[in-house]
Amino acid sequence: MNTGIMDHLALWTAAFLTLGIISFLYRDNVWYKICEAVFVGASAGYWFVTYFWDNIYGKFWVGVFPGDPSRSPDYALLVGGALGLLMLMRLIPKIGWLSRWPLAFIVGATAGLNLIGYFASNVMVQVADTVRPLLGADGGASLYDVIGNVVVAVGTFTALIYFFFSKEHKGAFGGAAKVGIFVLMVTFGASFGYTVMSRMSLLIGRIDFLLGDWLGLIK
Amino acid sequence: MKRTVPLFITFFVGTLLIVSVFLPPVQSMGENFTLFFDIIAVFAFFLGGGNLVRIHLDKVSRRKKDWGYSLVTLFGFFLVLASGLFKIGNAGGIAASVTASGSWFQTIFERVMNPLSSTMYALLAFYVASASYRAFRAKNREATILLIAAFVILLGRTPFGTMITAWIPDSLSALQVPNMAIWIMSSPNLAGQRAIMIGIGLGVVSMSLRVLLGIERTYLGEDKG
Repeated sequence: MNTGIMDHLALWTAAFLTLGIISFLYRDNVWYKICEAVFVGASAGYWFVTYFWDNIYGKFWVGVFPGDPSRSPDYALLVGGALGLLMLMRLIPKIGWLSRWPLAFIVGATAGLNLIGYFASNVMVQVADTVRPLLGADGGASLYDVIGNVVVAVGTFTALIYFFFSKEHKGAFGGAAKVGIFVLMVTFGASFGYTVMSRMSLLIGRIDFLLGDWLGLIK
Repeated sequence: MKRTVPLFITFFVGTLLIVSVFLPPVQSMGENFTLFFDIIAVFAFFLGGGNLVRIHLDKVSRRKKDWGYSLVTLFGFFLVLASGLFKIGNAGGIAASVTASGSWFQTIFERVMNPLSSTMYALLAFYVASASYRAFRAKNREATILLIAAFVILLGRTPFGTMITAWIPDSLSALQVPNMAIWIMSSPNLAGQRAIMIGIGLGVVSMSLRVLLGIERTYLGEDKG
């Protein structure tokens, strides 16, 4: 088929789908439901294909059968493939319990990777970035930066106190927890504002597509 | 066999992945385990995809309520699957990258997936705005702080926010709305985010330990084997 016609067809499809989703603002309708069904099917297909080429072909197949004489095959990957096949045993009720083995592998690997990864990135790095000289590394920070550093240090500490529920929030501890709540409220408010603005920019992008790419009203 | 072996696998794999960070000789085994993880995860996804097809095929074959939408779902699924697996429209043939420009798969991503996902997320702007209009009330100090922070961030990221405080001299630029928004994001917001991240980190570490030590076993299901 002519490339120009294909491009036009793809453009009109995108416009049809965009308007279909927007139509939900009026109310739930057939057009929206069709777009939703397309989204579910296409998304599943998309990730199916992506995982197939990236992992099954790119990692497993190329690893076991490199095709390049200079590279030796990695037969250890066959264990991964066998465990993957065991996962499909779930479809056969009699031996469905075998699928627990690969599942246990996934759970164990996730736990092992997360234990180190999260502890390093979410705990160690965050604590290290919080415990810093308030006046800057060379002591020459501006008042604006000093206030910011104090807010970050005190705010992180008090917010953590708020999350500590093993001790009753009373007295000085309760006061610190109260400050922590205020810090968290600012965080939630900022996150809300940031989310709304990111959604707005997506909306502007779609309107720009409809009025520009599709209708050609914006150059 | 049904429970002991999975518990052992979980302990062995998790512990080895932790040890591999500290002991270089075990590192290659850890890397292999990461590859196995990727491969097994794909099969788990295949299982999910298969289930999707099974459910929708059943709905279509039995002409259940709204079966037409299931047909559309199946059409979308198989169209993307065929165009991606057989690399239809790829200028370089089957050897080319699946995401090569001009391929059906890439076109579907750009003209179907992208518009659908970004419009879905964009729709949330309306619903979040309408929900916040109904729910946001400065009833107490905490709610007022949340409201002010959200308002400053929203205003600070628009040309209007820049315009209304443009008259403030440079010596007091910290009071200009866009700068206030930047300060909120980089100081109190950062503090709160950090506390949440540290909390999540500690939670994940303790949960991972529970899983590795076999205290947490819910992932094995209810069957007593």
